Amino acid sequence: MTAEATPRRNRGLLIALVAGVFALVAIAAAALLVNISERKSEARHAFVKVVDVGENDTDPAKWGKNWPREFDDYKRTAERTATKYGGGAGTAEGEMPPEKADRDPWLKRVFAGYLFAVDYRDRRGHAYMLNDQEVTKRNVPAEGKQSGNCLHCHASITPLYKKLGKEAAPQASEADQLQAGLVKVGEMGYWDAYKQLGELAGQGGKPHPVSCVDCHDPQSMELRVTRPGFIAGIQKLAASKADVPHLPSIERWRKTDRKKAYDPNLDATRQEKRAYVCGQCHVEYFCGKGQTIFFPWAEGLKVEQMEHLYDNTMVKGQRFKDWTHAETGFEVLKAQHPEFEVWSQGIHARSGVTCADCHMPYKREGAQKFSDHWVRSPLLQPNRACASCHPYNDDELKARVIAIQDRHFALLTRAGEANVAMIDAIVAVRKPYDDRAREAAAAKAKETLAKQEAFQKAPKEEQDKKLAAEVKANLLTAWRATVEKTPALKELEELQRAAQWRLDYVAAENSMGFHAPQELGRVLGESIDLARQAQVKATLLGATTSATASAAPAAATPTAKR
Amino acid sequence: MRQPRGVAAMPILAVAALAGVAVGVAGYAFEYASGSSYLGNDPATCANCHVMASHYAGWQAAPHHLVATCNDCHTPAGFPAKYIVKATNGYHHSMAFTLGGYPDVIQARPESKRVVEDNCRRCHAALVEDIAHGRDVSCVRCHASVGHLR
Repeated sequence: MTAEATPRRNRGLLIALVAGVFALVAIAAAALLVNISERKSEARHAFVKVVDVGENDTDPAKWGKNWPREFDDYKRTAERTATKYGGGAGTAEGEMPPEKADRDPWLKRVFAGYLFAVDYRDRRGHAYMLNDQEVTKRNVPAEGKQSGNCLHCHASITPLYKKLGKEAAPQASEADQLQAGLVKVGEMGYWDAYKQLGELAGQGGKPHPVSCVDCHDPQSMELRVTRPGFIAGIQKLAASKADVPHLPSIERWRKTDRKKAYDPNLDATRQEKRAYVCGQCHVEYFCGKGQTIFFPWAEGLKVEQMEHLYDNTMVKGQRFKDWTHAETGFEVLKAQHPEFEVWSQGIHARSGVTCADCHMPYKREGAQKFSDHWVRSPLLQPNRACASCHPYNDDELKARVIAIQDRHFALLTRAGEANVAMIDAIVAVRKPYDDRAREAAAAKAKETLAKQEAFQKAPKEEQDKKLAAEVKANLLTAWRATVEKTPALKELEELQRAAQWRLDYVAAENSMGFHAPQELGRVLGESIDLARQAQVKATLLGATTSATASAAPAAATPTAKR
Repeated sequence: MRQPRGVAAMPILAVAALAGVAVGVAGYAFEYASGSSYLGNDPATCANCHVMASHYAGWQAAPHHLVATCNDCHTPAGFPAKYIVKATNGYHHSMAFTLGGYPDVIQARPESKRVVEDNCRRCHAALVEDIAHGRDVSCVRCHASVGHLR
């Protein structure tokens, strides 16, 4: 190595180093430039249209080509999420959520004799809505108990409504055809309607759960209402005198000449539609087999307004009931999941905050701002869902909601227990009547079954089962006849019906009280009061009937022996 | 052994060219991102960043927009302090926006809140000095909507 070479090599190194630094600077500057440019272009172009979508495109994957961000979110509704009170905390991915009765054992007693006592699970994401309808023990294909009405909300069904409506009423307007389609599907069994819809959907004959086309106009992407059940329901609500301060477009429509029915797609504000699209399904409804689904809003959205409507609804000459309670033999109601109605009673609705604001809050990706289509509990992302109005950190926001839910759960549990106590008391009243009627019921059952050839051929075990069922049915018939002509029992029936309706209206609603804490507190308070009234009346009645029963020598009941 | 002058200057020329490219690209990026606007006082500059669009709109609708701009509340009044805070905030904002990962509803850091509070008291000193607005009570807790709601 010469003395001359060393400085020259050092100089070479220095030059390389300086060149490298400048190269890095240039790279960083270029990268930043590209990043800024991308953001600017994102801000300009909300979406790139790749394919044409139309009314019959129920497959969300096709829409996903144009709106990949929303589609990615939508797909994530298949992920299991859980909050303190919802979604089945503790269940593994892919596993069914737990039975609701695991947490609330009173549900089994309240729903005795109804399919909800058989299988009633905690909620899952939108991706499961169709699947869950099919795996539930309430909808066993061989039994065919459920109707096509279920698909109103569990599937992307409007193409079928339109097709059948067009066939049934070719001359009618599009709106009337939609309603006609609803009637047609309601007349079909669940699995028949499912098959027809699957054929329309193509791709292996499987219908899709709710998808893009159910809430968005494929041309303009504007929000819109597609479900005929909602349209008919909201029109009746608009025509009623019920207070709806949270739906200003209805109040505006009421001031017009009302010649044209309220049209949620033309009259509603953009913000109202952000509640309406959810209200197409997250509501109380009536959908017995062979009947057209309807939303009970003709008198208003409050619990007692819907109850009054049901109490005055006649089905085949009989007052409407959801089922006859197996233990008390009283005719009672079942609430579905009245989120729209309960939201309507809360302060958020009154302030113009709708479902999408909390359950589909705006989010950002780069310079893009869009609605989160991973519809889920706001508690899973309080910053986006709550903090845009309530400027507090995540822990504080969660604590506020959980405090409301804890109080609500405590009250709900008390109401459940009060209702069980009521059922116990009524069962005690019924027992002496059943005991007296048992012999006659058994004799009549044997007589009826003896006439049936199939019964004679059945094995002994099955015969016993059938006989027991027949005796039970005969006892119920005798009891119903007694109830009809005994005002004191009729009064008990009314109390159980009202107490249970209120309890279930609250329990079936998905928010653990949050959607309208005071209103739900009021309703639970009424349920507890009604249940305890029934319990007191039944206990008093039991004392008198057992006194009568002990005087009658034919009755050999434990109370009579005392 | 001697090299011709031209050959000896080659590496230096290359470095100079590279430096020129770097400066040019950086300069263009600065210009493209409206970099110089950040040195001024125009509120529209803050909305260069898309995240701030709603805050900018909120400011336009809020009562203070005729008398105070972003900098009047969010940077200190004095010369060096103002640019130090501008630079720190600018650094945080650009890192967050370029690399992502910030919450959708952004919240002020404690240092930033302090700057805002100081500015409330600076302009409204005559009004508040006798009022029991202690240091522990935040002006914007009650007067939340004067600047911008979000």
